[in-house]
Amino acid sequence: METFLQQTLNGLVSGSIYALVALGYTMVYGILGLINFAHGDLLMVGALVALQTVSLLNAAVPGLHPVVLLAAGVAVAVPMCMAVGYLIERIGYRRLRNAPRLAPLITAIGVSFLLQTLAMIIWGREFHVFPQLVSTTPMQPMDGVVVSPLQIFTIVVAFALMGGLMLLVNKSRLGRAMRATAENHRVAGLMGINANGVIAATFIIGSGLAALAGVLFASNYAIAHYGMGFTPGLKAFTAAVLGGIGNLPGAMVGGLVLGLVESFGAGYIEHLTFGFLNSSYQDIFAFMILGAVLIFRPSGLLGERVADRA
Amino acid sequence: MKHNKLIFALAAASLAAGAVHAKEVVVRIGHAGPLTGPAAAFGKDGENGARLAIEDANAKGIKIGGDTVKFELVSEDDQADPRTATTVAQRLTDSGVKGVVGHVTSGASIPASRIYEQAGIPVITPSSTSPKLTQQGYKMTFRVIANDLQQGNALGKYAVDQLKAKKIAVIDDRTAYGQGLADAFANSVKTSGGQIAGREFTNDKATDFMAILTKIKAMNPDAVFYGGMDAQAAPLARQMKQLGMTAKLLTGDGGCTGEMIKMAGDALSATTFCTQAGIPLDKMPGGAAFRTQFKQRYGNDIHVYAPYAYDAMMSVIEAMKTANSVEPAKYQPALRALAYQGVTGPVAFDDKGDIKGGSITVYNFDAGKWAPLQTIQ
Repeated sequence: METFLQQTLNGLVSGSIYALVALGYTMVYGILGLINFAHGDLLMVGALVALQTVSLLNAAVPGLHPVVLLAAGVAVAVPMCMAVGYLIERIGYRRLRNAPRLAPLITAIGVSFLLQTLAMIIWGREFHVFPQLVSTTPMQPMDGVVVSPLQIFTIVVAFALMGGLMLLVNKSRLGRAMRATAENHRVAGLMGINANGVIAATFIIGSGLAALAGVLFASNYAIAHYGMGFTPGLKAFTAAVLGGIGNLPGAMVGGLVLGLVESFGAGYIEHLTFGFLNSSYQDIFAFMILGAVLIFRPSGLLGERVADRA
Repeated sequence: MKHNKLIFALAAASLAAGAVHAKEVVVRIGHAGPLTGPAAAFGKDGENGARLAIEDANAKGIKIGGDTVKFELVSEDDQADPRTATTVAQRLTDSGVKGVVGHVTSGASIPASRIYEQAGIPVITPSSTSPKLTQQGYKMTFRVIANDLQQGNALGKYAVDQLKAKKIAVIDDRTAYGQGLADAFANSVKTSGGQIAGREFTNDKATDFMAILTKIKAMNPDAVFYGGMDAQAAPLARQMKQLGMTAKLLTGDGGCTGEMIKMAGDALSATTFCTQAGIPLDKMPGGAAFRTQFKQRYGNDIHVYAPYAYDAMMSVIEAMKTANSVEPAKYQPALRALAYQGVTGPVAFDDKGDIKGGSITVYNFDAGKWAPLQTIQ
C-alpha cells in the first residue's frame, strides 16, 4: 500500500510536468493543426536560461535567498522563451500557414535541431548541475511514504498554471478570440479578430509554460543539458494525443495519466505479467495504453471537442 | 688451399657487410588516440607514455636480428571518433608501422581493430575496456588493462565479501556497456553467495528513476548497483536520497568520474562505491619511479593511462626482442606468449588477447573525491 501511494506520487510529479508541456502542443494544434515539434526544446531553453541567470546572479550578489534566485531565473527564462516562441512562429511557421501540412511539420523538426545546436554552441555539450533551490529533504507524512517540498512545489505550481490557463481561455477576451480562431481562423478574421495576433499569443503563452516546465523539470532532477528537451517533449506529445489533441483539459488528463501509467508500469509490470515483462518495457507499457485508447477512442480520452479547442 | 682462401674472403666480405648493416635500423611504431576534442587529455597522456617507452628502449640500444634498432613513434589523432579511427588506422598501416599502441577509447578501438587485423599488425590498447574488443576473435588485438567483465566480477565479489551486502538490486541502462557490466556484476554476486533482489532497467537518456527506485526500496536491499554512465548515475543518487534510501550505491567506471561528484552533489556519501580498471599510480610496482621520470620529461603529471601506454609499447618491443625480429608475423607469437614485468605489474595475455589477472580498484566517496580502497587482482 505504501509503495502504491509512493508510485502515485511519483506519477503525479512527472505527470504534472508532462501536462504543462502537453498544453503547449495541444494549444498550437488546436489553432493551427500543426504539431510543433520544437516545443520540447523550448523547455530546454527555459531551463538553461534560468540556470545561466541563477549562476550569474549568484556570482554577482552572493548569499541571496534561494527563492529570490529561483524567481529571478524564472523572470528571465519565461520572457526569453516567449520571445523565442514568438520568433519561431513569426519567422518559421507564419509564411507556411497555407502551405501543405507537411511543410510546417518538417520546419518544426528543423527548428528543433536548430535550437538544440544553438544551445550546444552556447552552453556546451556537458551536463550542468541545476541548483535545487527548493528543499529536497524527504518528509514522511505517513510510514513508508516520502515526499519532498520540491515535489509538492512542482505539483502545486503545475496545477496553478493549468488552472490559470483554463481561466484565461474560457473567461478572458483573448481566450474567446483564441477559441474563435481555433474554430476557423479565416472566419474569425472576418469577425474582426486579429488572427495573426491571436496565433502569436498562443505561441507566446505555450512557450512561457514550456519555460516554467523546464525550470520545474531541471530542478526536480538537478540536471540541465542541451538535449534534455527531447524525451519530455516526446512524452508530452504522447500525453496530448492520449488526452485528445487540441483539447486543453485533455492535455492535462493525458499528461497525468501518462505519468501515472509510467510509474505503475515500471513498478508493477513484473507482477502483472507474472515476471514475463520487466521495467525495460516501461515505455512500451505506456505506448500500449496509448494504442489501446486510440483503438477504442480514436480522438483520445476526452476527444477533440471542437468548441473547447483553444 | 685456393678453395679455402675464397671461403675466407667471402666470409670476411659478408662480415664487413654485416657490420655496415648492423649500424642502425629504424622501426616505426604507431600511437593512436584523441589528441583533440573532449577526450584529448587521455590521448596526449597515452602518447607521452608511449614516447617515454620508445626513448628508454632507444637509450638501451636494443639489438634485434643483429642490428641496432632505433624506434620511432608515429602519432595519429583519432578524435575518439569511430570513423576517424578507421582512417587513422589505415594511414598507420599504409605508412609501414610494425605495431600500434592504441586506440584510447573503446568506440575507436573496435572499428580500428579490424583494419589492423587485416593488415596483420599487432595493436595493444592501453585503456579501452569494452569486452567486445577482444571478443571478435582477432589475433592481432591485445589489451594491457582489465576489461568491463573483470570489473563487474571484481565489484560483485567485493560487495558480497567486503561490504557484506546480501541483497543487491541491479539497474542498467540497456547499452552494451551498462548491460555487460551489470550482467557480470550480477553473476559475480550470485557466485559469491549474494542474492539479486531485483533487476531493473532504464535507458541512457532517462532522468527519472523514482518509479524503479520505489520498487527497489520496497525490497529493502543492502546495496543498489547501477551499470551506466554518470549522467544517469548522478540523478539516480539524488533520487535515492530523496526517497530516503539508505542502501549503498555501487557503480562501475562510468560513475567513477569527477562529473559524477559534480552532478550528484550532496547525494554522495561514504556509502557510495565505484570501480575503475587498473590501479592507482602509487600502488604500481614501478609507479613512483615512473611518475618522477614522466614529470622530468614532460613537466606535467600523469593523467591516467600513461603507465599503461608505456607498458603496451614495452610489450611490443619485448616481443620483438624475444622473437629476434621486428616483422609483425614473426613477433606476434612472442607477444601472445609474453611474460613481462611492467610499470603497472606483470603483463601476460590470455588466448583472447586480454591481460591475465588485470587489476581493478574499488573507490569510495570520501571528502569530495574518490579515494582508492582496495585493488583486486
